[in-house]
Amino acid sequence: MLKSKWLCSTALMLSLITNVSWAESDAQPAPPFSLPDIYSGESKTLEDYKGKVIYLDFWASWCGPCRQSLPLLNELRDELGSEYFEVIAINLDQNPEDGKRFLQKYPVNYPVLTDTTGSTPQKYQLSGMPTSYLIDQNGEIQGVHEGFRSSDIDKIRKAVQTLMRQGG
Amino acid sequence: MNHKIVSHKVMLLPMLLVALGMAGCTAVQPWERGELARTEMKWDPDPMKSALRDHIYFSKEGSSGGASSGGGGCGCN
Repeated sequence: MLKSKWLCSTALMLSLITNVSWAESDAQPAPPFSLPDIYSGESKTLEDYKGKVIYLDFWASWCGPCRQSLPLLNELRDELGSEYFEVIAINLDQNPEDGKRFLQKYPVNYPVLTDTTGSTPQKYQLSGMPTSYLIDQNGEIQGVHEGFRSSDIDKIRKAVQTLMRQGG
Repeated sequence: MNHKIVSHKVMLLPMLLVALGMAGCTAVQPWERGELARTEMKWDPDPMKSALRDHIYFSKEGSSGGASSGGGGCGCN
């Protein structure tokens, strides 16, 4: 009884000490979505980008770390090119105009879609803001990144480059 | 014996009321925290002014601490 209590408390302590913001996941198919572009309203789906490595980023105008993540992801996308890699941002503001105002201050060159209903983050079982999913060329989730600090961009770059190399 | 039955019934009513009240509670999803991130939802909308006021107060009282609390915010990581 005492031993099991000790084991439980040790396991709990270890889980608290571990601070993982980037977790590799067992490959699961990324849930499909069809969402409008925040500017044009044109509907875009995940299937449209099959064959590329996708960095799917859920963000909102009220999200502080997003002020760092959007410009850095934009630079990454420009650096790696959009032929085999794409960043897709899904704005979760209830009013897309808030997202557009944010993008005026922090403009990006990659597709920004909007989901005002919250159905897409529910499908992806989003547990925090911001959260991003690294999806391979076959449409399978290879990694989940919760939160964002500017130092994370290097880890993201390496993970994307690894997937790009594996995809040939 | 009757006293015990009565006291159990008396306890049951407040517990029932609490349970009914809690039915109105719901979890806020991470992507729904936009409203909680508004300035009006902050406990302390002006941290600098509060820090100055606290400094003056605690200097006069000759004590420190116990004036702040957490709450609100977007919960972003």
